Parts: sequence; structure tokens; C-alpha cells
Amino acid sequence: MSEVIPFNPPEVRPAPTRFRHALSKFRIVIGKECDNCGLCVSLCPHGVYQPGAKRPKPVKDYLCLGPACRKNNFSCLVRCPKEAIHLNPNPSFEVMGDSRWTADLLASTWTMAETGEVPFQGLNYKTGDSGGGFDKIRLFFSKDNTKKGSKKEPSLTLELNRSGDERPRISLPVPFYLGGMSFGSVSINAILSRVRAAAAWGTFCCTGEGGYPDELMPYDDHIITQVATGLFGVREETIQRVRIVEFKYAQGAKPGLGGHLLGDKVTPEVARMREAVVGSSLFSPFPFHSVYSVEDHKKHLDWIKEINPRALVAVKVSTPTDVDMVAVGSYFAGAHILQLDGSYGGTGAAPDIAKKNIAMPIEYAVPKVHKFLSEEGIRDKLTLIASGGIRTAYDAAKIIALGADGVCLGTTDMVALECLRCHNCESGRGCARGIATTDPELTNLMTQDWGTQRIINVYASWMKQLRSILERLGLASIRELVGRWDVLRHLDYLQDEQNEGELE
Amino acid sequence: MPTKYHIHTAAVPNRYATVIRSGVIAWEEGCLKCPRCVKKECVYGVYDKRGLDSRLMVDSLDSLCKDCFRCVQNCPNRLIHKALNPEYKNLGDEYWTPEIISKLWFQAETGRIPVSGAGYGGRFSGQGFDAMWTDMSEIVRPTRDGIHGREYINTQVDLGRKHQALEFDNRGNLLSPILPLKEIPLPIIFDILPWSPPLDRINHTLLRAARSIGTYTVISQKDWDPSLKAYLNHVMLYLTDGPDSFEEALLKKLNLIEIPDGPQVLDQQKRLKELNPEAVIVVRIPLNAQSPERALELAQSGLEVLHFTADEYGREQGETPLAIKDRIKETHLYLVRYGFRDQVTILAGGGVAMAEHMAKLIICGADAVTVDIPLLTALECRVCRRCAEGIPCPVNISQIYPPRGAARIRNLMAGWHSQLLEVMGAMGIREARRLRGEMGRAMFFEDLEREIFLPLGKRI
Repeated sequence: MSEVIPFNPPEVRPAPTRFRHALSKFRIVIGKECDNCGLCVSLCPHGVYQPGAKRPKPVKDYLCLGPACRKNNFSCLVRCPKEAIHLNPNPSFEVMGDSRWTADLLASTWTMAETGEVPFQGLNYKTGDSGGGFDKIRLFFSKDNTKKGSKKEPSLTLELNRSGDERPRISLPVPFYLGGMSFGSVSINAILSRVRAAAAWGTFCCTGEGGYPDELMPYDDHIITQVATGLFGVREETIQRVRIVEFKYAQGAKPGLGGHLLGDKVTPEVARMREAVVGSSLFSPFPFHSVYSVEDHKKHLDWIKEINPRALVAVKVSTPTDVDMVAVGSYFAGAHILQLDGSYGGTGAAPDIAKKNIAMPIEYAVPKVHKFLSEEGIRDKLTLIASGGIRTAYDAAKIIALGADGVCLGTTDMVALECLRCHNCESGRGCARGIATTDPELTNLMTQDWGTQRIINVYASWMKQLRSILERLGLASIRELVGRWDVLRHLDYLQDEQNEGELE
Repeated sequence: MPTKYHIHTAAVPNRYATVIRSGVIAWEEGCLKCPRCVKKECVYGVYDKRGLDSRLMVDSLDSLCKDCFRCVQNCPNRLIHKALNPEYKNLGDEYWTPEIISKLWFQAETGRIPVSGAGYGGRFSGQGFDAMWTDMSEIVRPTRDGIHGREYINTQVDLGRKHQALEFDNRGNLLSPILPLKEIPLPIIFDILPWSPPLDRINHTLLRAARSIGTYTVISQKDWDPSLKAYLNHVMLYLTDGPDSFEEALLKKLNLIEIPDGPQVLDQQKRLKELNPEAVIVVRIPLNAQSPERALELAQSGLEVLHFTADEYGREQGETPLAIKDRIKETHLYLVRYGFRDQVTILAGGGVAMAEHMAKLIICGADAVTVDIPLLTALECRVCRRCAEGIPCPVNISQIYPPRGAARIRNLMAGWHSQLLEVMGAMGIREARRLRGEMGRAMFFEDLEREIFLPLGKRI
């Protein structure tokens, strides 16, 4: 019962910022000395300048290479005959971002979402500044590997059903799907942008715990419907409609706590979808009150399998100390997919104490589970998906090398839609940038076509980066990267390497 | 059903404008006078309400801004920018970071716990308390129903000595004496402040707050003032000069008396017990490498409560100091090994700056924690430490009106209490007493790194 989806990667089309100016790392100021000779306009290969009446305008300064450009023969800074061009750091840029998502990561993700290309401005698009985990792990490209790279383009296919049961084998052309964000936590435009981008990439997008808006129906084949502890919007027909059903036991950003949707965001539409009261905060219970044991867990999964005989069942769990036991339990309960959501994952609202402290980061959980499942002899029967803090294509490659089969992404989509992580999604009218909001006026700050294209583009760039990583490692497929601890180095524990190569 | 412990909260505004992370810079020069100015579209109404607060002489605009950057990006002539506030960056120090201080202010002002959108944005891990994570329970957990079941989590702890086992005679009569035990409804005691402006009003404020939430404030003998008698049930007197140096009538009434560690400890305890058999005696011990042995020695000699104190950065004494959580962990396990842990109470404090530190210190083996600087921060302290040098306080804490200050401290404690419930609820633990020493329900950085990251580079 193999289902093969014919797949052509979606087309990348430019999708520039929906605001008047993109946020840039540097500010270009052209002084009074300028005689409008126009040399800078013709020199810059990245189109930073536009001709102006008095002097050129640096309209796309976010594409500027910064002071590093001085070494190039096309540098406007060096070649301006009047020395009129001044480059300063943009003070606003410093205000953006945090240790995990630095301003560089935000800006480089915006570039990817605009162009679908790998950022070229010298922004660090590979790691953040959190001082541990992904940010201390490097891929190791040995010289031997790079030589033996094959001519064929590496495959990025991800198999979702390895159990060997009679249910469909769903094979994704890309090693990722998009994680749950409920209607209510984000706008319908944001949801549809994600779903349409997922469909274009031949993958899936999860509904989160907020029901199944009618607008999603055309994309049924690319939707994972979520059954979470509040059972908001869960109906038999929504479970029957999809190819994958996900049980959310816990969420990385607030492990051990139920979903939070604060009252301001419970608009009439949201309330109707969730069968709740307008304006009243919704806190999902924790845990599932129908599940107090692993046996109950199996009962849950059997229930879904009975209602929808063609669905694969995914189980989303957080990362407690005994996460390896949870994984084994999920396998024997009959899960096809196990999603581990690490503690630094995204959320629309969570107590800060939970985000930082409860459960372990995904970088620890995946290798622990991978190793344990291998020792139990069931690693090949279960698809292991990692999420919670995977920000870049490099993070994705690292977590797959640590033992995951694929990744589940969310915050990257939000950043592609020009989220700048101001952390104010939870209250009032919600996101001022029109992403995580249900306010009608704010929702319309974004169109679905633009949003879809931005998300398509960002993953086009990721897939390029992943292919290039695989080629440089001399691997023919992403499958071969799974569990390859030998291609990783941790900067704190570097030993004298016998073989030479590059750390990246 | 017994009444549930609840801390009443009510918003108490700041007396002084808080120091905020970033400011708005908006130039007038070059303005095109657009018919629909971006400033009018601000979701947060930042520019509508703009005006100089006459009392504080600061611009009202910056504090409302939430960094959405829409005006920055949409002004056609790019006349609006954001910039980090240098004053914010200079708040506190490396340990008492601006983020910690501003979240303490938020809790003291609102009585709410910090909740935000988007994932965690901080460092992967760090020193001390930042080198551990608490556990959660995925499925099996008959304890809690999300936020709705939180009132069934008990945060009460006992202070005092307990019998390892009760003894009975042949007829079944109890032979063991009944030992005095003091209960506090949340595992926090207010400690002596490491530095502060003159204490008169501050001590009233602390005691008032302690009384309203049912805990104690440590008052040093030298700071005693007869006006504090009103709060006697909530005073833990730190008796530095011996039992005979203080008014006997008062000693007879106190619930908790603290004495400094030293060779005189047993004699002093004996004398105080003669005066007031119902009082529980606490020994204050600077935390250091000898703490495990000292704890055992004191436990074996019949002491009741051991109060280990680290410095304000959560470090013990010594050349190469350990973090408080690590030495408390060792001390706890040492007592466990020799079978004395359950007989004594361990208090630990120094560097406890956030609710998570309390939960983590208890997991590492303390029964309850003592808190100091956050109490001052609730009173709007900026951790500038100028008072320690005799320079006037920028927010005039010595002039605090005690009921107002106490309400802010109560708000902060309500926030900490709720956060403790979040952590315990996630772990599926229903009793703060059961949280103590639950190291198997925590993950430590060193262990995880050794297990997971050290083997990287090898084929498995």
C-alpha cells in the first residue's frame, strides 16, 4: 500500500518585506559631499542603491555586506570619489532578537524567505549565541568525504511509516513537517500560509489544538490533526479526514502544563471553533484524563486507528528524564511517528519558568532516545521527529546526525512571516505584526499568497543547504545521516583530530 | 476540606518609573507630514499617550512600546529608531541581571507570574542554578488537573527536629518526647539583607509581608527595635551575642531563634531551650567545603534547623567556591548516607533570585530557602549597591510606606508560589516536602554533557 506523491519542488518567487523598509544590520548614510555621480548605484551588485534626485537612496541596505565589503573591488565605501558614504551599525538591530534567535538569525531567515537563497550578507545564518547545544556543536567535514561526493543529487526523502503494518506508507520528499499552531493562537492567514506552503513542499502541517477551520478542507491530505488534552475542536469527522493524527501529550515550551490561550484572543470565531466562551481564557488540562498508564495510551491510539483505518498515528511528547522509556512505550502502543519536543521550543503563551527550566533541550533528548531505541532493536520501526529549538538548516542537520529521522518546525515559519520574537503574542489583540493574532484588522496585515511564498522560500533555502551539507559529507541521502555522531564535534570537547577537515 | 493556602494579590504601581530595556528615538527633522502617520497606527497607542510625565520627568512613550518595530519599518523617511537603554544594561551585575531584576519588578507590581509568547530566548545553560533542568511527568500523574488542580498542591514545610522513629513502651504508650515544629505555608523565609538603606521602615515592611503570608523574617539582634514587637510571631531573631544578651521575656515568646555556628552552639541551644522549650533553634552556618561534615556533626548532637548561607552570588566560602546548589546537594546526600537527613531541617539561601532557584534548591536537598535581595527588588531596588557605600538610594527605599511595600512583597511571593506550583505540577509532585531531594526528578548539565556530548565524534 505504498502511496507515491509525484513531486516537483515549488517555485521560488521573490517575496520582499510587507513593510516599507526591511530591518537592516547596517545603516548607510550619504553625506552632503555627494555629487550624485551614481557610481555607487552601478557598483553595488546587490542592488542596495536606487538613483535619487539629489543623491542615491540606499533603499535595500539590508542587502549590504557591511564593513567586510571593503575588500571587494565593487565596494562603494572605498570607491566613492567624494568619500561621502558612511556605514554605521543600525541601533534598532541591536534591540532585536535574543541569545537563541539572534538578530543575525532573524535577518538571515528574512533574506531566505524573500529570496529562497542562502544568505550572502555575512550574517551568521548557521548558529545562534546561546553558548551551548546546537550553538556549540559543529558539523565536521573531513577532507576525505568531500572528495568522494557522488554526482547525483542527495535524496531528502523521509519515510513516515516504518512499522510494517498494513497502513499506508507515506513518504515525504523533504525531511520536515510543520508543527501545530492552533486557530486562536495564530491568525487564519498564518495558518493557511503554513498549510499551503506545506502542501507545496509535499509535506504536512499540524492544526494544533484549536479545531479544524473549514478553510483547511482543500488541503486535507497535507494536514495533521491534533488531539490534545483539552480536546478542543476534536470531532470524528476531522479525524477521518486526514492521513495523520497526532496525539499531543505535552509541549516542549510548557512541559507538564496544558495549552494556554489567554482571554483576549478568544474571539467569537475562536470560541465557536473550540466550543468555548468568548473572552474567557482557555487552559487545557494536563495530562489526558483518559490516560493514566501506558495501557491507556495504547487504548487511545487504538481508538484513533479504529475511527480512521488509513491514518498514521503520531505521538508528540516532551523531554523528561525518562524520555527514552516514553519512546519505547509509544512504539509498543502502536505509534508510527514519535515527535520529541525539546524544552526550548516555541509557543503562543507559556510561563517563563516553564520555558526555561522544565524538561531537557532537544539536543540531549534525541541521542538518548535514538540510542535506547537502537538497543531495544526497534529504532527502524519508528519514525523519530525532533522539534523544539531547531532554527536553521544546520540545526536540522545536526539533530538528524544526533539520531532523528526528520524535524518538525514552527518558529522558523513565524520568522519567515516577519515575526521578530518580541514575545508579545499572548495578550491584548495579539501580535502587532499580524501573525499570532485573531484581531481582524491585524490579521489583514498579511496576505495568504505572500505568506505562502515566504514559507516556501525559506525552506527552498534550507533544502539547498541540506543538500550541500550531504554532498560535502559524501552522503547520498538524508537517511544516511541519521545517528552519525561521528560527523559532529562539540566545541567544548574537541580532541586532537587525526583527520583534517572543516568545522561548520 | 481544609482551607487552601492563597496569597491575595493586588496591583501596586511603582513609585518611580522602571528602567526599561529600549527606547524610541523619533526625529522631527525630515518629517514628510504624511496624512496617515505611522505613529497613529501604533497598536499599543504609544504615541497617542505620549507626554512628559510631570512627576517623573520621563517620556511616557518608551514604557508602552513593545518592540513590534512597525513604525520603525514603515516611516517613509526612516525617522524612527529603537535603541537599547544603557541604564538598563547597567542594572545589577552578571548574576543579578537586568532581566531578573525587571521580572522581579513586574511580579511585585502585578502579582502575576511572567508569561510570554514565543519560545525561550536565553542561554542554553550556565553556572549554578542554570546548570540544571527540572523534570516533568508525561502520562502517569494522578496529581493535578492543569491550572485547575493547583490548589491541591501543598507547599507547606516544617521547621524543626523530627524523630527518626517513635519509641513506645510495652503497653504502647509513647516514650518519645513531642518535639516542637513550626510550619510555614510556603518554603520561603525572609533573610537578613546583605546591604540596604537604613532598616527602620524596611524591617517593618518585611515583617508585615511575612505576617500576611504566614512566614518569618530574620531580624538581627543589632537591628531589633521595640516597635517590632507587634510582629513577634513572625520574627526569627538572629541572636549574635548569646542568650543572656536579650530581653528574656521576648525570648520566651519567639517561635524561631537563630544563633551563629561555633563551639558555643550546644550550650546556647540548651540555654534557650530552658528559657523557651517551644522555640525551634536555628544555626546559621556559612556554606563551605566542610558543610557536609559540620551538618552531620550538628545533626548527631541534636540540633534542629541548619541554615546554610552562601554569598549574594550563590557561592560558598573558599578559594574555589562551589555553587550553593552543588554543596547543598552534597550536604543533603551526606546526611542521607549517615541516616540523619530526616531528623534535621535544612534552610539554604544566598543568591536565590528567581522562583526557579527556590524549586531547584529544594530539589537539591534544602527543605526551604531564605531570600534577601529579591525582597528589596520588590521595593524597586535596582541592585546598584550604592547604599552599601553610603550613597543615597535612587528609589528612596528607606522611606517606603510599609503597607505599600508589604503589598509588593506579597505580590512577588504570590508569583513565586504560583511558579513553584507550576514546577511541582509538571513533575506530578503534590507536596513541597516530597520535592526535597528529588534529584532523580531533575537533570544536571554535567551528567547530560558527559552522557550525550562527550561521545560526539565517534561512530555509534
